[in-house]
Amino acid sequence: MIRSELIAKISEENPHLFQRDVEKIVNTIFEEIVSALARGDRVELRGFGAFSVKRRDARTGRNPRTGEAVDVDEKHVPFFKTGKLLRDRLNGEES
Amino acid sequence: MTNNTLTRMDLSEAVFREVGLSRNESAQLVESVLQHMSDALVAGETVKISSFGTFSVREKASRMGRNPKTGEEVPISPRRVLSFRPSHLMKDRVADGNA
Repeated sequence: MIRSELIAKISEENPHLFQRDVEKIVNTIFEEIVSALARGDRVELRGFGAFSVKRRDARTGRNPRTGEAVDVDEKHVPFFKTGKLLRDRLNGEES
Repeated sequence: MTNNTLTRMDLSEAVFREVGLSRNESAQLVESVLQHMSDALVAGETVKISSFGTFSVREKASRMGRNPKTGEEVPISPRRVLSFRPSHLMKDRVADGNA
């Protein structure tokens, strides 16, 4: 499923909304999550999962091609943990 | 880092603000987006949201695990796990925002 298919499904279920509003709704949701993470906030969506930011310490990496050592700075990366309900549903435990 | 936690309520508030639907309908739409994504994943589909990231379902084989407390061997049954791969755009914004 891609973004446009998600928008199409929501539009189908909400014939009273303009497609451009549905696009805006879907885009707002994802944008809100990314900007929260960019501020260092968490986003917890019970049953679905939680998005958070993890810190990766500075390390000495290697250029895999040349074997040369390179310093990699500390950085922050997005992380997603699946919620319990979705994890159970993936394994056939409907509740 | 501010370390706030956003919930469904904050997402529906953003939809309410940006799109101008009622709070109630905004909340329902947030729920329905999550529901459609979940249903697709449960059906084994990959969910790919451009400039956000990709959720995919991976099959894990069965293996022997160990109860760390008792050291006892226990079989772990095959299961499906969800993995999320953030887009480059998300990675860059998160890295830059928390630098």
